Amino acid sequence: MESLSNKKKQLTVKPLNFWERAYLPAIVHGLSITMSHFFKKPVTIAYPDEKREFSENFRGMHSLKRDENGKERCTACGLCALSCPAEAITMTAAERQKGEEHLYREEKYAAVYEINMLRCIFCGLCEEACPKEAIYLDGDIVPSDYLRKDFIYGKDKLVEAPLNQ
Amino acid sequence: MPNLKAGQKYIENINMITFYFIAFLSIFFSILVISAKNPVHSILYLILTFFTFTIHYILLNAQFLAIVNFIVYMGAILVLFLYTLMLINLNKESEPVKPFMVKMAAVFGGGILAVALVASLKITGTSDPVVLKDPGLGLVKNLGKVLFNEFLLPFEVSSVLLLSAMVGAVLLATKDTKETKAIN
Amino acid sequence: MELVDIGIKFALVAVIFGISLVVAMYSTYAERKIAAFFQDRVGPNRAGPFGMFQPLADGAKMFMKEEIIPTNATPFLFIVGPSLAILTACIGSAVIPWGQNLTVGDKVIPLQVTDINVGILYIFGVVSLGVYGVMIGGWASNNKYSLLGAIRAASQNISYEISMGLSIIALLLVTGTLSLGEIAQQQHGWHWNVIYQPVGFILFLVCAFAETNRTPFDLPECETELVGGYHTEYSSMKLGFYLFAEYINMFISSAVMATLYWGGYNYPGMDWVTAHVGPVIGPLIGTGVFFTKIFLFIFFFMWVRWTIPRFRYDQLMDLGWKILIPLAIANIVVTGVWITLAS
Repeated sequence: MESLSNKKKQLTVKPLNFWERAYLPAIVHGLSITMSHFFKKPVTIAYPDEKREFSENFRGMHSLKRDENGKERCTACGLCALSCPAEAITMTAAERQKGEEHLYREEKYAAVYEINMLRCIFCGLCEEACPKEAIYLDGDIVPSDYLRKDFIYGKDKLVEAPLNQ
Repeated sequence: MPNLKAGQKYIENINMITFYFIAFLSIFFSILVISAKNPVHSILYLILTFFTFTIHYILLNAQFLAIVNFIVYMGAILVLFLYTLMLINLNKESEPVKPFMVKMAAVFGGGILAVALVASLKITGTSDPVVLKDPGLGLVKNLGKVLFNEFLLPFEVSSVLLLSAMVGAVLLATKDTKETKAIN
Repeated sequence: MELVDIGIKFALVAVIFGISLVVAMYSTYAERKIAAFFQDRVGPNRAGPFGMFQPLADGAKMFMKEEIIPTNATPFLFIVGPSLAILTACIGSAVIPWGQNLTVGDKVIPLQVTDINVGILYIFGVVSLGVYGVMIGGWASNNKYSLLGAIRAASQNISYEISMGLSIIALLLVTGTLSLGEIAQQQHGWHWNVIYQPVGFILFLVCAFAETNRTPFDLPECETELVGGYHTEYSSMKLGFYLFAEYINMFISSAVMATLYWGGYNYPGMDWVTAHVGPVIGPLIGTGVFFTKIFLFIFFFMWVRWTIPRFRYDQLMDLGWKILIPLAIANIVVTGVWITLAS
C-alpha cells in the first residue's frame, strides 16, 4: 500500500563487514570518544559552594511582604489557602487591637500563617490569588531538614524583615 | 666445612619433617573427601588434597609437575567438578536407597582389595628411601628434553588419545540432527 | 650475613605487600575520579584535598558496618571465600621482577622476591586459583544470585584461561624461558616482547580483563541481572575484601603484562642513564618506569571500563571459544614458523 506521508523507509540489516566483525576498531573508536571527554571541563556545579543564577521567574521560598511603612500587608482573607492546589497553607485570622496600627495595614491580620513546605509544589497560585500583594515566592531554595515538623514554616520564617532594622 | 655439613643435615631433617607432615595431611584430607556428607565439602577437601600433592612435587624438586598439577588439577578440573556439583542439587532425599545386598557386596569387594593391598605391601617390604638420581629432572628444560626425545612416541600418542576424547565429547554434546528429523 | 639476606627478603616482601595494598586502595579512588572525568563530572572531592582521603573514609566505613552472615549460609566457607580471594590476589606478586639488581656497597639486592624458573606458570596457577574465592563465597551464601554469579565466574575464568595459556605459549617460543626475571632481562633497552608478539599481547590483554572480572567481562557481578553477583550476601569488610581483591588483581595483572610484553623495568637508553647516575639510582629509575607502565595499564583498565558495555553471556563464550582460542593457536603456529625460519 502506498504510504500516506511517503516517509516510509525500508530498513535492511546489512551484514557486518570484516572490520565491524573484528570489533577492535569499534573499541578503539569508543575509547577515543571517551578520551576526548577526559579533557573536557566538568559540567558539575558544586551546589552549596557555588550557585547558579536563578531565572527571572524562579519560584522559591515564600515571603510575606510589608508595605512602605513596614506594616504587614496580609489581611488573612484566605484566598491563598483556597487557591493552593496542594493545601499547604493554613492561617488563623485575628482582629487588630488598638496600638497595633503600626504593625498591620488592615483591621484584620493573620495571627498564625503556616506553609507546609513538604506539601508546597511552588506553583505560584497563592501569589496570583493574593489581592493585597502580600505573598511572593521570591526566596531561595527551601533548605533541607531532619524532621517533618521543621518543614512547617510559620510567620517567624515567612514574614519579611522590618524595613528599618 | 663441618658447619656446612651440619647445615645440610639440618635441611634434610627439615625436609623429612615437612614430608611426613604433608603426607599426613594428604591422607587426612583424602579420608575427609570420602567421609564428608556434603558433596561440595568433599570436593573442597579434594582440592586441599591436591594442594598437598603439589607440595610433594616441590619437595621432590619437580617444579614443573608441581605447577602443572596446580594449574590443571586444582585450577581447572576441580573447578569443573565444583561447577557441576553446584548445579546438581545433591540432597539426602534424592540419594537412592541402596539395597542391603549391594552394601554387602561393596564391603566384600573392599575387603578383598584391602587383603590384596596388604599382601602386596608385605611382599615388597619397606621400600628404600627414594633417591633422586638426577635432581634436575623435574625442571622444565630437562623434562622437555626427555619428553621430546626418549618419550616422544608415548607423548604424541597420549595427545591423540586426548583428541579422541575431545571429539567424543563434541559428538555427545551436538544434537543428532537426523534423529530429531525422524521424530518430527 | 645470611641473616641480613633474610631480613632484606622480608623487608622486600613487606614493601611489595604494602605497595600492592596502597595501590589497590588508591585504585578505588582513581577509578571513581577517572570515571568522573570520562563523564564530565568532578568525582569525590570532599574528604581532604581533591578527595584524597576518600579511600580511608571508605575503609573506615567498611570496618564499621554490621557484619551479616545469612542464617542458611555455610558460616565457615562464607568466611573462607573472601579470605581466599584476597590471598590469591596477593601471592601473585612474589615472582614479579620489580627492578634490576640494586648494588649497595658490595651487596647485590635483587628486587624480586623469588625467581623460580616456572614464574609464568606460577602466576598462571595463582590466577586459576583465584576463582575459588568467588565460587566458594557464591556457593556458601546460599542465594541463587550468588550461585549464578559464582557459576558465571567459574565458566568464564576457565574459558579464558585456555586462550591466556595459549598466548603465553607463543610468548615462551620467543623468550625460551619461563622465569619472569630472565624474561625481563631479555627485553633490555627497547627489545620489548610486544614488538614480536603484538597479537599475543592483545589476546593476553583481553584474557586479563576476563580473569580479573573487569568490564566488559564483569558478568559474575553483573548488577543488572544478578543483584550483586557472587557478593550479593556480603557486607562489611568481607565485601571489602572481594572488592579489594579485584583491584589487587588488576594491579598484579598490569604488572605481569608490563613484565611479559612491555619490557618490565627496561626503557630505551637505560644503560646510559645507569652509567651516569650510578648503580643504585639507575635501577630505582627502572623501577619507577615499571610502575609508570603498571599505572598506565591500570588506567587502561579503567578507561575500558567506562567505555565498553558489558557483554552478553553467549557473546562472552563465543568470543572466548570461537575467536580467541583459534586466534591464539594461529599465533603459536605463525610464531613457530617464524622462529624456525629465522634461526
